[in-house]
Amino acid sequence: MTRLTKALPLLVTLLACAFLFVPIVMSVLAGLTVNYFRGLSSGLTLRWVGEVWALYSGSIFLSIQLALACLVVTLILGVPAAYALARRPGRASRVLEEFISLPLAIPGLALALALLQLYGSYQGFRMSWTFILVGHVLYTLPFMVRSVLAVLAAIDLQTLEEGAATLGAGPARRFFDIVVPNAMPGILAGALTVVTLSIGEFNLTWMLHTPHLKTLPVGLADAYASMRLEVASAYTLVFFVMIVPLLMAMQWASARAQRITE
Amino acid sequence: MTRDTFTLLCLLPLAIFTLAFLAIPIARLVLASGEGVDGWAIYLKILQTPRYLSTLVQTVLVSLATTAAALIISTTAGLYLVRNRFRGRNILLSILTLPLAFPGVVVGFMIILLGGRQGLFNQMLPGHWVFAYSVTGLFLGYLYFSIPRVLLTVMAAAEKIDPSLEEAARTLGAPPWRIMLDVLLPALAPALIAAGAIAFATAMGAFGTAFTLATDIDVLPMVIYTEFTLSANIAMASALSVVLGLVTWVLLLIARSLSGTTVAAGG
Repeated sequence: MTRLTKALPLLVTLLACAFLFVPIVMSVLAGLTVNYFRGLSSGLTLRWVGEVWALYSGSIFLSIQLALACLVVTLILGVPAAYALARRPGRASRVLEEFISLPLAIPGLALALALLQLYGSYQGFRMSWTFILVGHVLYTLPFMVRSVLAVLAAIDLQTLEEGAATLGAGPARRFFDIVVPNAMPGILAGALTVVTLSIGEFNLTWMLHTPHLKTLPVGLADAYASMRLEVASAYTLVFFVMIVPLLMAMQWASARAQRITE
Repeated sequence: MTRDTFTLLCLLPLAIFTLAFLAIPIARLVLASGEGVDGWAIYLKILQTPRYLSTLVQTVLVSLATTAAALIISTTAGLYLVRNRFRGRNILLSILTLPLAFPGVVVGFMIILLGGRQGLFNQMLPGHWVFAYSVTGLFLGYLYFSIPRVLLTVMAAAEKIDPSLEEAARTLGAPPWRIMLDVLLPALAPALIAAGAIAFATAMGAFGTAFTLATDIDVLPMVIYTEFTLSANIAMASALSVVLGLVTWVLLLIARSLSGTTVAAGG
């Protein structure tokens, strides 16, 4: 009985790991195998990765461009806002924070429908990549604001700022010389989260994209539906190569920022 | 420039963006749901039309099943990983959190690799082992992205449990199942409710996974998508979106008030 109660949790843990990891390994192998149905014995090749590059490099670059633009916008909108929210904690700030966090709770599909109905008829905006950017910023902004806010709420902002003010530093000077450096761990964690989430975003993007503007995940959906399994797998492999290091950096930065807030 | 003016200036860009691209669009969506031939009775029509009603029921059932399974698996694994230090533990932990950044489409593809026509099970086992394109596949896909989210919430809570409580129970002669039932689960309860709400809300709204696996399974996000794109039934698509958004929002609000974290996102 005691041996069973000891072994069972381990078994569940290992099975869960297998469930999550086996298909990842399969997709990596399928993307590098000459013929998936004949198995690994057919040999390894980079041919499928090459084909993915030829077919979808545009979507990969679009995703990188979107992620970087999204980062810039969330920095400009999010960091000063987090500072303001930290300076004036209270009911109004909490309501505002809750409101900008709505895109975390409302499914992307619903948000995309809302955006499409309001702005869908402005063709110049609708057809441009900035329309997708708006969706990505909506979705990632709460992560930036909360990450920075958590760090700012944990340090004694008031004393630091008063010190600087006595020395004659104005509000803007204090923001850039005192607030931003102190908030850096939160900004870094937020920035990595924004980039990681933007590169992987599908639910909003699928509704907002146009045939000429396909992001990496949109291209993936396209490949899953219409390409042979090896190409779909190779494309997934490219995505993994991009997203896994980002995810790890994000987890590292978040843990680092969290240590400050505790 | 006074400090208060500067603080307000700091909020201005965010306020303008949020107003233009969140507040007004959501208001537009709600209004659009009442602009169809049925007016506001459209919300009644959802409950009276068998197709929408069965979709709603099916979505809730799949999400409930996902939540229950994810809670059982992740709590078991999470407790095990918190209480045991062994070689390879960090590797297991990395594997279990890896899918956090996978979009729903990729999760759908992972399930196809396991249970699709050319999948692992169909190749290894005799007979017809294709389950990816059914409700089972959908359930497994939702489970795939729920396990990491629930696991992180449970582990964070489990690390804060005072080990002396458990020791006291053991000294008093409580068997392991009593310790689990009387000590660990009550201590984990807020985290479990929060994680469950997150898993349920994410499953309810998951679009990418359903989109990759099958277009003929009627779950809410797929029906919203087809109403909007194929039937051009804007009012119904909007009404269903409002219902879906309200359900997930309220659930996550509860989750946040209980544990202070929301790791939603994705699906």
